[in-house]
Amino acid sequence: MRIEAYERFFMILAALLLVLGIVGIAIGALVAGVHVPSPAGRVDPRTLTTTPPFDQPGLRDLGGGKYEAVVIARAWQFQPNQIEVPVGSTVTFTLATPDVIHGFVLTGTNANVMVIPGQIAQVTARFDRPGEYLWVCHEYCGFGHHQMFGKVVVR
Amino acid sequence: MSATARPQTLAGGGAIAREGMFLAEQLWPIKGQLVLALIGLAIGGIMGLMQALDRIGIVMYKAMLMQTYYQGLTIHGVLLAFLFTFSFSNAFVSLLAIRGFERPLASTFLVQGAFWTMLVGTLLAAYAILTNQATVLFTFYAPLRASSLFYLGAALLVISTLLTALNLVLTRRAWQREHPGERTPLLGFVGVVTYVMWALATVGVVVLVVFFLLPWSLGWLKTTDPQFNRILFWYTGHPIVYFWLMPAYISWYLLVPRQVGGRVFSDSLVRLAFILLLVFSVPTGLHHQYVDPGIPTVMKVVHLFTTFSVVFPSLMTAFTVMAALEDGGRARGGRGLLGWIWKLPWGDPSVTAQLLAMLVFILGGATGIVNASYNLNNVVHNTSFVPGHFHMTVGTAVALSFIGISYWLIPYLTGRELMGRRLALAQAWLWFVGVLLFARGQIAAGLLGEPRRSSIGEAPYRDLIHAGLDNWLTAIGGTLMVISGLLYFIVVLWTVFGGRRLTQPLEIPIAEMRFGARETSPLLDRIGFWFLIAVVLVAIAYIPLILLYLPLQSVSPPIKVY
Repeated sequence: MRIEAYERFFMILAALLLVLGIVGIAIGALVAGVHVPSPAGRVDPRTLTTTPPFDQPGLRDLGGGKYEAVVIARAWQFQPNQIEVPVGSTVTFTLATPDVIHGFVLTGTNANVMVIPGQIAQVTARFDRPGEYLWVCHEYCGFGHHQMFGKVVVR
Repeated sequence: MSATARPQTLAGGGAIAREGMFLAEQLWPIKGQLVLALIGLAIGGIMGLMQALDRIGIVMYKAMLMQTYYQGLTIHGVLLAFLFTFSFSNAFVSLLAIRGFERPLASTFLVQGAFWTMLVGTLLAAYAILTNQATVLFTFYAPLRASSLFYLGAALLVISTLLTALNLVLTRRAWQREHPGERTPLLGFVGVVTYVMWALATVGVVVLVVFFLLPWSLGWLKTTDPQFNRILFWYTGHPIVYFWLMPAYISWYLLVPRQVGGRVFSDSLVRLAFILLLVFSVPTGLHHQYVDPGIPTVMKVVHLFTTFSVVFPSLMTAFTVMAALEDGGRARGGRGLLGWIWKLPWGDPSVTAQLLAMLVFILGGATGIVNASYNLNNVVHNTSFVPGHFHMTVGTAVALSFIGISYWLIPYLTGRELMGRRLALAQAWLWFVGVLLFARGQIAAGLLGEPRRSSIGEAPYRDLIHAGLDNWLTAIGGTLMVISGLLYFIVVLWTVFGGRRLTQPLEIPIAEMRFGARETSPLLDRIGFWFLIAVVLVAIAYIPLILLYLPLQSVSPPIKVY
């Protein structure tokens, strides 16, 4: 098959570009430690509110500046919808839904996860600066979808 | 690069179409599907105005007779992403196949069937959506419950494309019997490859609708597994992007070069690009699900690699199409490194619309690589960055190309001259400026955390995102795109109902090759072989995923929350 010199040059360049992209992603994951959410278990949405830890949603102090926030995402509110932590805290959000699919994006951080019936969603964020961090539901969940949000207050 | 190679046309014969290949009973369903496509574009597009203005707090869904913002959004998505693209592709690719193979389609029954299933599917889905029984957006994620009529309608739209796929394959086979040992004409080849890829891609959504959502919406199944259903949806949901794009690629590769007076760089490269799209388009769906909680991380990494592979043929497209454009510009007297650009026929609305669509696609592709980039996706997933991205791909690279194609296709099919050429030129430029402002606004707001598919105008947190200026850009850009759409329909209606009769019938613009089929490896002509390779890759990408995922977590009854 005939491949012209220009064609060959461009194809090599294109392949290199893609390899570079993957190297960048690998550095992000292995050196900078930026990961995507991993499976954190399953839960039945029909009995969610009686299943630990979702029977007691809220913030838990794990000690050493680490916290776990257990949050239920339901149409159309987060429960709880506000948590307060000191500067320098690392918070793991553990989320689940009793009804339809919801989403969770925490502005100003890399925390972003889908909340899907049957699955437990988990993401972690570190708060080094004081302020208010908004989180919102980012998957359509019915006509009140745009009312679903919450806040992390860092003091 | 020798320019002495003898020019060869893409179709088997000469420049003039052979008589008797266009049958009236095959042309009316093709025209009918084009009409359905334009109706989808008109109604789906007008909803864009409501969404654009919502970004600056102008909430007007009631003025558009919608019960909620999301009902309008469902219409926008279903009509534009499914009806407009599917019907246009069916019509356009079928017509090119007739021209490419220089014979009628193998089955008149199938092409008419494609029209009827598209029409009935549209009516069923439209009824369900308009009566607010299917406000589930175009992704219809379980456990959002929609009327069974909606799922049935959506299924019929897919079946219409599958009937077209079957017809194209049969037509190629008939051509092969009539021309033993010959290489498939390129114009027919690209259409067949597009639809064969899509046939493999539909397996996910067909299983989803037939085995899960339809019986579940009818009450025969009490519960379903929303995570597994999403896997099935995105199995189809990414390759659908290539099903939207490849008909536009066909025009960019094989027709636009003729319209600008250039030649296609080489037969081999076009075939190779389409074969790579066939092989790599499907096993990539998980890159839409990087932040799904129920999917093993190792499988997300596998799909990262396949997704990056499918970028490669698109980069090849950038080279080949650009080379053909340069060839045309130089043939028209363009000199210097970039001087050929100004010599391109910018006064031809069909060319201008498609050149601008290509330019926007560079940005669309680049933002797509951001979405596909695994951990980078954490920043943009489900934010308004994503619609910012895909209004530059399907919303412009595809839609504006289809509009550009229709500027010769409608005169070709109606025998009437294109009216309002200046209006058509203004339409293309307005869309271009509009989408750039729109995408700039959506992308910047998305990086600040503004969610996609949310009625921002009604959201209590609107001012907490601090994307005020960006939302204004989105609103202005989106409004310009809607105005551009109105100009388009003025041109179309003026042409169809008031256009002067053409004295000479038009020809489909088909480019010549610099390096023709004889220099192409025969292996690249073996679509069935490459289809099998694609099936193997799909198996590698999905069977371990399903094995790791099982057992199903079937826990969700249907829930109506709209």
